[in-house]
Amino acid sequence: MATTTFAWIVLLCPLVGTILIGGSFKVLKGRTAGVIGTAVIGLAFAFAIATLISLLGHGPQQRELTSSVWDYARTLNIDARMSILVDPLSVFMMLVVTGVSMLIHLYSVAYMASDRGYTRFFAYLNFFVFSMLLLVLAANFILLIAGWAFVGAASYMLISFWYRRTTATKAGLKAFVINVVGDVGLVLGTFFIFGHTGTVDFVKTFHTVPHVFVRDSPDLVAGAMFLLVGAFAKSAQVPLHTWLPDAMEGPTPVSALIHAATMVTAGVYIIARMHVIFELAPAAADVGAIIGGATLLIAASIGLVVTDLKRVIAYSTMSQIGYMVMAVSVGAYSAGLYHLMTHAFFKALLFMAAGSVISAMGGVQSLDRMGGFRKAMPFTFGAFLIGGLALCGLPPFSGWLSKDDIIGFLDHRGGGFLILGVVGYVGTLMTAIYTFRMIFRTFFGEPVPEARELQEGHLHHVDVPVNPANGEVEELDVGFPGPEHHIAERAMPMKVAMSGLALLAIVGGVAQVPGVDHALSSFLDTTFADSTIIRDEHSTSAAWIGLIIGAAIALAGIGIAYRVWVVAPGTSAKLIERFAPIHKFLINKWYFDEAIDFLIVRPTLWFGRFGNTAIERVLVAGVITGGTVSIVRACGALVRRAQTGFLRYYAAAVLAGITLTALYFLITSS
Amino acid sequence: MSAVFFFLGAIGALAGAIGVVMLRNPFYSVLSLVFHLISLAALFLLLRAEFVAAAQVVVYAGAVMVLYVFVVAYVGGGEELPSGGGLRILGPLFALVLAIELCIAMLGSALKGISGKGAPYIPGFGSPRQIGTLFLTKYLFPFEVASLLLLVAAIGAVVLARRRRGLEPDEEFETKLHTPLSHRIGSMAESVGARRDS
Amino acid sequence: MAIGWYLVVSALIFAIGAAGVLTRRNPLVILLCLELMLNAANLALVAFARMHGNADGQIFALIVMVVAACEVTVGLGLIVAMYRRKLPIDVDELNELNG
Repeated sequence: MATTTFAWIVLLCPLVGTILIGGSFKVLKGRTAGVIGTAVIGLAFAFAIATLISLLGHGPQQRELTSSVWDYARTLNIDARMSILVDPLSVFMMLVVTGVSMLIHLYSVAYMASDRGYTRFFAYLNFFVFSMLLLVLAANFILLIAGWAFVGAASYMLISFWYRRTTATKAGLKAFVINVVGDVGLVLGTFFIFGHTGTVDFVKTFHTVPHVFVRDSPDLVAGAMFLLVGAFAKSAQVPLHTWLPDAMEGPTPVSALIHAATMVTAGVYIIARMHVIFELAPAAADVGAIIGGATLLIAASIGLVVTDLKRVIAYSTMSQIGYMVMAVSVGAYSAGLYHLMTHAFFKALLFMAAGSVISAMGGVQSLDRMGGFRKAMPFTFGAFLIGGLALCGLPPFSGWLSKDDIIGFLDHRGGGFLILGVVGYVGTLMTAIYTFRMIFRTFFGEPVPEARELQEGHLHHVDVPVNPANGEVEELDVGFPGPEHHIAERAMPMKVAMSGLALLAIVGGVAQVPGVDHALSSFLDTTFADSTIIRDEHSTSAAWIGLIIGAAIALAGIGIAYRVWVVAPGTSAKLIERFAPIHKFLINKWYFDEAIDFLIVRPTLWFGRFGNTAIERVLVAGVITGGTVSIVRACGALVRRAQTGFLRYYAAAVLAGITLTALYFLITSS
Repeated sequence: MSAVFFFLGAIGALAGAIGVVMLRNPFYSVLSLVFHLISLAALFLLLRAEFVAAAQVVVYAGAVMVLYVFVVAYVGGGEELPSGGGLRILGPLFALVLAIELCIAMLGSALKGISGKGAPYIPGFGSPRQIGTLFLTKYLFPFEVASLLLLVAAIGAVVLARRRRGLEPDEEFETKLHTPLSHRIGSMAESVGARRDS
Repeated sequence: MAIGWYLVVSALIFAIGAAGVLTRRNPLVILLCLELMLNAANLALVAFARMHGNADGQIFALIVMVVAACEVTVGLGLIVAMYRRKLPIDVDELNELNG
């Protein structure tokens, strides 16, 4: 079979899954939906591997294959086809997406088991995987935008999965609105580029762009900036990041899949895919790098103080994606994508472990109420620890190699990028601190009542289900989380999934060890062969020095965290007291929400209200509609006066008509 | 000689017409119309339309007008209130304009044939024989349709004017008639009391 | 006499009839004025028949008379019906058949 056929099957598998599960929604009992969903994605993963093998069968220069099924827009010379592009980048993304999704599906089979909306969950999840695959496999801007929009929709559906919780629906709306801003940016960027190149197909665009645009030409920069807006909205970079922490209202598998491993990486993917455009518009690429660096720091700083377990991990995601955005903006494509892959592994693992902990707590997510779960949940602790170490970037975990690959590249490029390299190291320090803050606070210290219950073998059960965010009392019906909570120690699917990811987090780094092998970069090189950024391999020794520095900084961070939270437990309270203004600033998330509310939401609402009262009511309803109606009514009233009912008036009218007609004929005939 | 008769007939017709329009008592109007019809018959005779003249006198003046007389007697003349509204002036004005226009049309235009005295007289023109032949050959269809029309009219008149069973007593009509009726509501049936849902 | 005279008489009778229709309020008299108008038309028809020399106009005039008779019948039937139901015999009062 041709490579592209495999790719089409990969794309179609989750779609079939969605339709199957969604269609037989009423008849599927128990965990059938989960099994179908996972099996479908497993099949997709198998075919993704087949695609990889098949692609490797082609020579290195023939690895850009397109296959189109349907030509659906043949007007005005727009060559919009339903076609997919199979090249190393898309195959790489495909593998990551299907692989991690498969494990998360497996996890959800057990985790969501008592939820009344189980079937719906898997239908949505499969739909999401389909949309993400569509996004990465798209061969033209149109399909990319379609996949982008679907992914946004799937994200909305999954965030507000427990739709009877007001906090969840609000969060879903917030995510969707910000995503729409990104969609607009993406579409506008497409227009700007298309306006000059005249084609929406990727391969053709990338060949045409260098001929049509000069370096930093205004239209190109504008287009690239709009694309960046789209990327930032999807990848939760500053200032379009405010939706991601709120998106933690969704179930934990959703956070793992969408907001750690796949959807938020779409922005990174798009910058990597459009690297030709960004390299020709360094102004935009620099903006991307700076925003990535800024997000890195901002998110890490907020992660130091937030008290909700999932939100710490969310800010960590934001921060790590800052690394990736930085990387692909400056030209470190393989490094950025490498980090994408390893991040998918350990972040999904972290979320899964966090889900297990939250289940043990009966749905409560606040760090303030957790402690001492080490003995009660050894497996979860182990998984969390592995994920955390990988995140901090300690040897030999995969995160170490990938993160320092990025920083090494930045240092090597020199100039202004050195500052970003330093930023990267600062980020490493903060990452280590907040990660181990989480671990120490959750698993060390005095066991909390729930942990003690669990040590005695009894999983904490909540009598009155309550929304952890605002304390509202809930029910156990559909639209709310189910009555039972599942922890990893007791559910085999969860254990299997987490073990798989842990393994990958540990050994995933072997793909690209400096000096030893560069399987990943050589695989991805063919996609980025037309990059104009000088990427001579920096020497292995420089790479290893960077790795050692990174590991040292991470260890330092872990040490600080140990000091503050384990050795001297009151230290953090004292620090908060001493640096109260900074703490307040950080815990209010740098006041981004308030700023956006003030600058954008309020004026928009005001404008909407003004539009309603002034324009809508007065102009449209009053003048235009009302005016037209009253004119018609007046005319009708006028005409109605002729309907008097008086016989003689009618006779007079007839007579007048005859007279006038005769007059007319008289005049015309003479 | 024929001119004298013409003028007599014309003046009679016009006088009768004016009488119909101007006389207040409807009975007098009917009689005036009878006079008008007979004058017209005279004019027809002058135009060599003997059968038509005879038919006019016998049918029109004789039968139709007698019917009229009966109805007027039944319904009663009554005082007629003066006509209101602008039509008191406008009515005659319209008519005057129409008359002038028709005259201009007929006399001032290119109707050349009018200036002559007409076609030469063929004996038998206008005789019953000719009329009958035409009716039964060339104009058979209008003849039959006209008779059908008469039948329908007769039946219609009977249906319209018959007495219905179960008519309400008088005072309800009076009260109904005195309530102010808006132009846009109500219906004839309601006002005649045939429908009881007012 | 030239045909034109007859036609003028016909026009005048028609106009008088029209004036009567517009002016009078008693439906009986309005019907009478309608008869006047029909008679004017009859006169014109017969005059033209004489002018052309064929009797088609006279046939037409006879048919017109038949129609006039029918119309009078039905109209008088209406007036009798009105009278029977104690409605005012006045076209200005009977003005609900409108819209």
